[in-house]
Amino acid sequence: MPLLEIKDISISFGGIMALSGISLQVQEEKIIAVIGPNGSGKTTLFNCLTGIYHPNEGEIHLNGENILRLSPDAIAELGIARTFQNLRLFMNMNVLDNLLVGRHLHFRKNPLLPMLRIRKEEILHRKIIEEIIDFLDLQAYRKARVADCPYGVQKRVELGRALALEPKLLLLDEPISGLTSEEKEEAAYRINEIRGRFQMTILLVEHDLRIASRLADSMVAFYYGQKIAQGTPEEVQRNPEVIRAYLGDD
Amino acid sequence: MDLIESYKEDLRLIRRFGTGFWIVLLLIGLILLPWFAREYWVYVVTLIFIYSIGIQGQNILIGYTGQISFGQAGFLAIGAFTYGHLSLLGSPILVNLFFSGLMAGIFGILVGFPSLRLKGPYLAIVTLGFGIAVYQVFVNSEILSGGRMGLTIQKLQPLFGLSQMTTYYYFNFILVFLFTLLSYNLISSFVGRAFIAIRDNDIAAEAMGVSLTRYKLLSFAISSFYTGVQGGLYALLMGYLEPNMFTFLETITIFVAVIIGGLASVEGSILGAAFVVMVPQVFSNTKAFIPVIYGVTILIILIFEPLGLSGRWMKIRLYLRMWPFR
Repeated sequence: MPLLEIKDISISFGGIMALSGISLQVQEEKIIAVIGPNGSGKTTLFNCLTGIYHPNEGEIHLNGENILRLSPDAIAELGIARTFQNLRLFMNMNVLDNLLVGRHLHFRKNPLLPMLRIRKEEILHRKIIEEIIDFLDLQAYRKARVADCPYGVQKRVELGRALALEPKLLLLDEPISGLTSEEKEEAAYRINEIRGRFQMTILLVEHDLRIASRLADSMVAFYYGQKIAQGTPEEVQRNPEVIRAYLGDD
Repeated sequence: MDLIESYKEDLRLIRRFGTGFWIVLLLIGLILLPWFAREYWVYVVTLIFIYSIGIQGQNILIGYTGQISFGQAGFLAIGAFTYGHLSLLGSPILVNLFFSGLMAGIFGILVGFPSLRLKGPYLAIVTLGFGIAVYQVFVNSEILSGGRMGLTIQKLQPLFGLSQMTTYYYFNFILVFLFTLLSYNLISSFVGRAFIAIRDNDIAAEAMGVSLTRYKLLSFAISSFYTGVQGGLYALLMGYLEPNMFTFLETITIFVAVIIGGLASVEGSILGAAFVVMVPQVFSNTKAFIPVIYGVTILIILIFEPLGLSGRWMKIRLYLRMWPFR
């Protein structure tokens, strides 16, 4: 059984069909890259998966459970975590607290413990966060306010925050855009490493086709809200429809 | 830089020896205050204690969770009159205080429901409506407000041979101490982090599994609980109640205290409380000018020190720590 199964979802905003009849299956521990020109519906797909938008029709199943009408926090609880295209960090918190918000779901929410300042559980989660900090090389920024960190660090914090949820499915919206070429290589290495080390399935939107095709097991191409190609990265990039979508006719 | 050797050490309330030293000194000073200060000043500081409880609560809502609310006078009135009616029934003081907080908290949850849909100025208008509605209900309902005479409340009995004012002082001192600890503990726990996450980026907070419904309502409930307790303590101190004590000016006072003290700061709330209590005392012979002073101070603070008094205080501490370097 696939981990994620999307059946014929459609969503429109006014007269614009942002997604029309998209179906997709994602197997466990695979990396799927979603490509397509700007405005082709990649981020809309992510927003539908995380419950920020609710599709007009279709079904989305995670592990056989329908998540179509759930709120974002309920979906996060079922095991989908994401990063955002334009960073959505908690800018006034430090890096550590940002990552700890990612652990929020795993806290046993007994109201007496915070009131009496019993912090056993917090220490437990701090240990897990420290592993993520080591993995993402954030040691030097642990107590820095996120707004003061450079862009590359903020990107890593956002990735770490999603990792802290320990999701089954990780949605990465342009995880390597805006980085230097050196940082891009590191980020690509980390994404591959995440799958191996944390056994996560990754759905990834990326414009850098060179890195995307190196990372992905399979690739999906979108154009004006429709899926125009699916297959191995080589197949998709040779597909005439995809070439037309990117370069135009003739 | 201090070397932190364990997570436990990092999570302590007071991390530096120096901070602990000054806090102990401040507490000893406050405990000794009634022994050498005039009774008038004991009264003023007691009032500061009472205000700082409610203002801490409102700071949790406005400063930490980022939900702008103008319903404070309503919650104060609900807390105070709950206290008044219970005390007429003759139940003990601490029970009364708990129920005045609880009643305000329940109304806080009701007012919180619009916050699930509304943001910023729209939420402010809804809560403003609530504050005014509560005032009108109390003005027009003689059963609730006790009519023209208001409610007379039994005052605190002097204990341990202290004067009545000093008894009030110590009673409120203990309560404000407990509430301040509670604020610090809540803010540094997962609850506080969820509040701040909602303020900084609600979409991301929700995607991280923070339920907006639950935590926005919780924030409204906690803040109104604090404000309700403030109302109860105020009723106990004044000894009588009438609806005119809870006009819109009271809302403005608390809001001003939150802004001037510094958003998202517990110490700031106490400094803000001191400010709004002291201004009417200092300018007592030109009462008409008090709103003007509030307005001008807010302008000055927002332009020159958006972090409020607590931000200025932090900068002074940093300067002293770095001295003679800068």
